[in-house]
Amino acid sequence: MEVFVQQLINGITLGSIYGLIAIGYTMVFGIIGMVNFAHGDVFMVSAFIGLIAYLIVTAWLGIASAVGALLIVLIVAMALTSLVNWTIERIAYRPLRGSFRLAPLISAIGMSILLSNFVQVAQGPRNKSIPPLLQGEFVLMGRESYQVTLSHRQLLIWIVTAVLLVVFWYLVSRTALGRAQRACEQDQKMAALLGVDVDRTISITFVIGAALAAVAGTMYLMYYGVVNFSDGFTPGVKAFTAAVLGGIGSLPGAVVGGILIGLVETMWSAYFSIDYKDVAAFSILAITLIFLPQGLLGRPEVEKV
Amino acid sequence: MTALLRVEHLTMRFGGLVAVNDLSFTTNRGDITALIGPNGAGKTTVFNCITGFYKPSEGRIALAHGAPEIWEELAALTQRDARSVARGDGALFLLERMPDYLVAHRAKVARTFQNIRLFSGMSVLENLLVAQHNPLMAASGYTALGIFGIGNYGRAERAAIAAARHWLDLTGLTDRADDPAGDLPYGAQRRLEIARAMCTEPVLLCLDEPAAGLNPRETAELNELILRIRSDHNVSVLLIEHDMSVVMEISDHVVVLDYGVKIADNVPAAVRDDPKVIAAYLGVEDKEVGRVEAEVGL
Amino acid sequence: MATAPAKNDIAGAFKDAGFWALVALGLFLPLIGFRAVQDIHNELTLETRWPLLFAFVAIVAAGRLLHNLLIAPWRERRRVAARAAVGAPHWSARLGSVLAPLFIGFALAYPAIAVWLAGAGGAVKWIDNFGIQILIYVMLGFGLNIVVGLAGLLDLGYVAFYAVGAYSYALLAQTFGFSFFMLLPVAGILAAFWGMMLGFPVLRLRGDYLAIVTLAFGEIIRLVLINWVPVTNGYAGIASIPRPTFFGIPFNASDEGFAAVFGLPLSPIYRLVFLYYIILALALLNSFVTVRLRRLPVGRAWEALREDEIACRSLGINTTNTKLTAFAIGAGFGGFAGAFFAARQGFISPESFTFMESATILSIVVLGGMGSQIGVAIAAIAMIGGTEALRELDVLKEVFGNDFDPTQYRMLLFGFAMVLIMVVRPRGLIAAREASVHLAARKKISGALVREGRG
Repeated sequence: MEVFVQQLINGITLGSIYGLIAIGYTMVFGIIGMVNFAHGDVFMVSAFIGLIAYLIVTAWLGIASAVGALLIVLIVAMALTSLVNWTIERIAYRPLRGSFRLAPLISAIGMSILLSNFVQVAQGPRNKSIPPLLQGEFVLMGRESYQVTLSHRQLLIWIVTAVLLVVFWYLVSRTALGRAQRACEQDQKMAALLGVDVDRTISITFVIGAALAAVAGTMYLMYYGVVNFSDGFTPGVKAFTAAVLGGIGSLPGAVVGGILIGLVETMWSAYFSIDYKDVAAFSILAITLIFLPQGLLGRPEVEKV
Repeated sequence: MTALLRVEHLTMRFGGLVAVNDLSFTTNRGDITALIGPNGAGKTTVFNCITGFYKPSEGRIALAHGAPEIWEELAALTQRDARSVARGDGALFLLERMPDYLVAHRAKVARTFQNIRLFSGMSVLENLLVAQHNPLMAASGYTALGIFGIGNYGRAERAAIAAARHWLDLTGLTDRADDPAGDLPYGAQRRLEIARAMCTEPVLLCLDEPAAGLNPRETAELNELILRIRSDHNVSVLLIEHDMSVVMEISDHVVVLDYGVKIADNVPAAVRDDPKVIAAYLGVEDKEVGRVEAEVGL
Repeated sequence: MATAPAKNDIAGAFKDAGFWALVALGLFLPLIGFRAVQDIHNELTLETRWPLLFAFVAIVAAGRLLHNLLIAPWRERRRVAARAAVGAPHWSARLGSVLAPLFIGFALAYPAIAVWLAGAGGAVKWIDNFGIQILIYVMLGFGLNIVVGLAGLLDLGYVAFYAVGAYSYALLAQTFGFSFFMLLPVAGILAAFWGMMLGFPVLRLRGDYLAIVTLAFGEIIRLVLINWVPVTNGYAGIASIPRPTFFGIPFNASDEGFAAVFGLPLSPIYRLVFLYYIILALALLNSFVTVRLRRLPVGRAWEALREDEIACRSLGINTTNTKLTAFAIGAGFGGFAGAFFAARQGFISPESFTFMESATILSIVVLGGMGSQIGVAIAAIAMIGGTEALRELDVLKEVFGNDFDPTQYRMLLFGFAMVLIMVVRPRGLIAAREASVHLAARKKISGALVREGRG
């Protein structure tokens, strides 16, 4: 029982991170129908930007307050990662819009390779670790031998995820920007005829996706305290799984999917075999796509003849 | 008059929407049957059910080859859990039980599409050879022999090209045989789609708005082509069409749909004067039909 | 906003370059301007690299300026000229038929040329790292080309079949001691079987979804190879895999060895030349089979499937079987390549079968121009040969100092090249397709009309 609750807490934390990344996949797929393969690596880049920002804030500026430091790091990472993703869309995807369908996917795979190897060359191949932040924890239940704890870090991740979700959900469902996005999803040509700036709307979608990935990246760095240039691929695929599981195109779906994937991973590791935890995630991806391609919260598609 | 196709109590629902409701009609052998109705009446859905692309929610769609006595088997076939039955030179198929490719391959129902579906990156001739896939596949020993050049695949391919040549001549596309299908003008693409469907040697040809987008001269040529297909190749035709000049001129029998329900089923002249049909097209209530008729001078 | 300026708008060109310089500053400031390094206490500290950052920003600004003032107007002129010459086939359309015999001739003579130019010792590298390595990817590219280029089924997990072939050969050769040439077809059949097994559940899926599921399958197979230690020996891999022999004569230093039997001086070159011709023969066989398949109904059905699946079904084509044969034959060729890889290396581990390999093979197919065999060959030479050649560039060491390791930049440049080629030629190098049958005249079909499949 205690183990289960503890894994539940860990799983939700991990799942929040996946969910934040998944939103980027889901929004981009919704609007231009492509799997932004480089998104996982954008997440990894954001963690590195967060790392550099953290080192500047603590070592150079000497800000001691952990919360203050994190806030600055978060803002810097969000801003610069948004710029990275904006540039990627501008130079690698936009010229290919409306062209051969495979071209953007290949371009995205190339971008993914480019990003991870750029970070490897620029920052070195070794793990980068920072001292643990926000050490405290709440003991929720348990006996002498096994205590169920909720660390401050985990709580922070939950709160940040929840707050950002509400903000972005408001943004895409209640504002003119969100309306423009949904219009572009339905029919880009018609949206353009009605005065929606399609290029700008797509750019903003990439920026929002990157900003949320940057939050995930910063949280990942804070939670694990270590980051490596190759950390983009696996979380990227898992987040994509989350997006698919939740129903691609659906924002709440991405988060629900993320948390489910996080739970499956932690529970699988606890009760079955830690070696095969990634197999579990990939299998869920395959099974969902084959048997439930519209996902949990998505709309089914009817084949048009 | 023997029946070729019997559609009985066909109903198709998408979620809560009833696209086709309890539709029954019969197409006789050698007939050109037109399926008409306002936009959204469910005509293409009927086509998709007949050709196996949709599984109907309810109803039976039966098609017979050969001697008409085979219809006697219908009740027994429906009882059994089978797709088809053969007796003597006749065969009976329950299309709603068959997947789309078998409807084309076994039951010999060919179709065209409202928004043309050609293999646009392949040449006109290749399009016509793909249509003869099944006989050619058998001739190539399901690839196993053809890959080694064993067997009579070469002869079969030459025969297939000859058949394709016949349809190219009939549709006036011989000069464009080696051009990509996507390069053809719109009217020629419509004709190529019909030629491609005919290369499968069907008994029933389903044409989904063949005259859409054609100019009057092309429409007249199309009428001639369809009549020619029927007379020379012993093929029955089922067509969806909005162009009344086509419907009235060539069809033997017209079925009118409105909101998924059959509202008329008769010879063209009778359908033209049917007040219910006029009302459906003009979009008025039944009781107002008299007034509308007076206004339009009927 | 950063739109390309009108012709001769010099002020606009500078403004635009300035804008991109600012963007570059933002992009490179954190990761180029700073570097997190471990100090002696094993703690991270920051180093700054302002000159490098400045250089990056300057390169971007200068490059953008160059683009605005020279390249963009040039491209515009060329586009206008191309529009005027509409109807005339693109130069690349002619390329295929001219190059194919040239390529085959060169490939056959390559070992002799290498030995002649570099000597028996020097040629080892050229035959092994370039010849054999490139041909393995040509072989894999040809195999995937059937699935992606002809049938239009996007497969991101192709490396799985390569792995199945390699492990099948390695395990069967070690356990039962069968020879390479006996096991080659077995490996191909096993891979084809797995191609069908994995192909079956994904038949309904289309486009990017199919790509992602195949990616997942590829990863699952790799993870199983890692974790199923009793059979695969996990990360450690399988070592001392039997090498192919020359009609029973092994290539080693013993008295029964190839050199001793034929009275030749001992050298690794014989084995490599032998391996080179094996993989060349396999690649040519693959190419020959594909060319024949394209002219058979099954090949035409693959291409029709790529163009329009629904139309295929309306013509009575069993699309399930058609897709499965494409998966199976493509996978079978991957299995051949895998068996050859295992026999050549003598050692395999899951490391060799990562997603990166699938991405590399797919990019070779797409960069070459989907469906074009000669395009695949050119792309394999450019991508694999190019990155291999980077190892050889000692010139760079003289420019950047001795610490400079060009191999570090291989994958970086590889990724960059993928993006660049897609932006410049999204349909690949050879986009035109030739019809498989003709009535009067052979004509090329422009790539703009050829569809890429939805599945």
